[in-house]
Amino acid sequence: MIINKNEIANILTKLAEEYLVIAPVQKDGIVQFSAIKNGAEACLTFANTKKPGKEILFPQSEELYSYTIDTEGVRMQANVDQKETIVFGMRPCDVKSLVLLDNVFKNDQYQDVYYLTRRANTLIVGLGCNEPAATCFCSNMACGPFAKEGSDIFLTDIGEAYVAEGISEKGQALLAKLGLGSATAEQKALANQLQAETKADGGVNIAGIAEKLGGMFEHPFWDSLHEKCLGCAACTYLCPTCHCFDIADEATDCNGCRVRNWDACMFPLFTLHGSGHNPRPNGKARWRQRLMHKFNYFVDRYNATACVGCGRCIKNCPVNLDIRQALADIRALD
Amino acid sequence: MRNPYLPLPMKLVKNFTETSDKLIHTFTLEFLNEQDAENFKYEPGQFAEVMVYGKGEAPFGIASSPTEKGILKFSVAKVGVVSTALHMLEEGSIVGVRGPLGNSYPLEQLKGKSLTIIGGGFAFTTLRSTIQYILDPANRGDYGDLTVIYGARNPGLLLYKDELAAWDARSDINLVTTIDRAVEGWNGRVGFIPAVTKEVAPKTDYAIICGPPVMIKFTLPVLEECGFTPDRIIMSLENRMKCGIGMCGRCNVGSKYVCKDGPVFTKEQLDKLPNEY
Repeated sequence: MIINKNEIANILTKLAEEYLVIAPVQKDGIVQFSAIKNGAEACLTFANTKKPGKEILFPQSEELYSYTIDTEGVRMQANVDQKETIVFGMRPCDVKSLVLLDNVFKNDQYQDVYYLTRRANTLIVGLGCNEPAATCFCSNMACGPFAKEGSDIFLTDIGEAYVAEGISEKGQALLAKLGLGSATAEQKALANQLQAETKADGGVNIAGIAEKLGGMFEHPFWDSLHEKCLGCAACTYLCPTCHCFDIADEATDCNGCRVRNWDACMFPLFTLHGSGHNPRPNGKARWRQRLMHKFNYFVDRYNATACVGCGRCIKNCPVNLDIRQALADIRALD
Repeated sequence: MRNPYLPLPMKLVKNFTETSDKLIHTFTLEFLNEQDAENFKYEPGQFAEVMVYGKGEAPFGIASSPTEKGILKFSVAKVGVVSTALHMLEEGSIVGVRGPLGNSYPLEQLKGKSLTIIGGGFAFTTLRSTIQYILDPANRGDYGDLTVIYGARNPGLLLYKDELAAWDARSDINLVTTIDRAVEGWNGRVGFIPAVTKEVAPKTDYAIICGPPVMIKFTLPVLEECGFTPDRIIMSLENRMKCGIGMCGRCNVGSKYVCKDGPVFTKEQLDKLPNEY
């Protein structure tokens, strides 16, 4: 299928009449995912959004339920978001991160109804990256600028138009509904060429890293790695695969709600016990946790690395800590 | 899809001051809905998130035994926002409970075995559940000899004093209580748990141990001296938790989540995990 760029705005406006349409929007000086009504608001020329796409299914702050207590007892109202949603223009790294987060929010025993309901009602239109940023290393992370895993529809920018592929049944059905024309053989060939040639190679090689980290918990390597770290947690908040959260109550008298908010293992209070004991009392333990979680613990649990190479942690670190370098240093250790 | 974040409403029927320093209270809760009481099937060693509406929720080990029908008991130290709020609740108040959460002591696997149960201080709560369960007439025949070693800093800080007296009067349990330093009026043993364990030198099939980290640290070598291999020492970990269902990413030790894969682990399992708890 082919979508001419000058048709995009109209298509999105029309879709917004039926669905909640979320697309990258240039707002307050950054590109971020936002609900749109007018298709012209969508900005599809960006390296990546500032905040990751995880926020669409797992908002930075969300009310889980509200409650009222009175003489009759307790009444609770769970606020599960049921809106049929189309996410238009999510980069492959962010789409892959959702595939990874599915493991977390649906484990063998419990289902997170909030995430999973949104997930089931959301169709994702992935958008390949013709020009990955200097901080991108998705090609090294079982992903890539044109990786289609997790997308329902996948778009490849060939200049004047996007070649659109229906990946899932849900995606194919939507494409059929849009009544688009077919891509010519030439257009398809150009898309294939771009997909084959574009790489985001940050020189990271994680082959054997999980096993190596498994024996490195007490290694002196961790003693210095964290020294520059300010503990600001920008790396974790902006990571598309980081999923840690806090749960808090907001209440007055007999009315209140429970809210969950993103949280981060880079904060000292994250693991502080009521007794005052803290199993991760310093930057060393917290950096080790972040790296081990992504490249060893998550692999052990879900057989996948919890990093998609989006590069946000590198781009936004105030002291230029670079996870690519940390991984290279680990590889170089005896 | 069941929503694991929604608590079950329960009524606080008893708020009992357990210790002489008044810092530990035992709360007895009753299910408001009969169906919830039916569905809430738990085993000794499991915990639940107890919610004080408007203040938040916190994880506590369940101190009651499944053999005590229709109620849940929690013994809670007053240390944080939720526990302080709980301590101040009047009988008749409504609280929320999410659970049961986590794994339990492997009581099915322990059938036919003799057991030593060792507890220190306030961590005795889930051990009370276990002992009460084993001592129930319906279950006592399933287990062999039962030795319980329980220590606190002073007699006033021992939990469940009435039950300790009742257990002591029974012939099918060898109860050893100890306090850290001698005080007037105390006729029991004096000494720290590791030393007392050494004196008692239990020879049972399995040992279950729960207490402050320092007690565990010094008691484990004694248990090994007594012949307990790491697969026969059962422990319960404590970590900061929020969701209780393996998602919020807070309580992990290596690739295990204490809330979901634990809190009960054998020493053999813990020996394979990083020492970060």
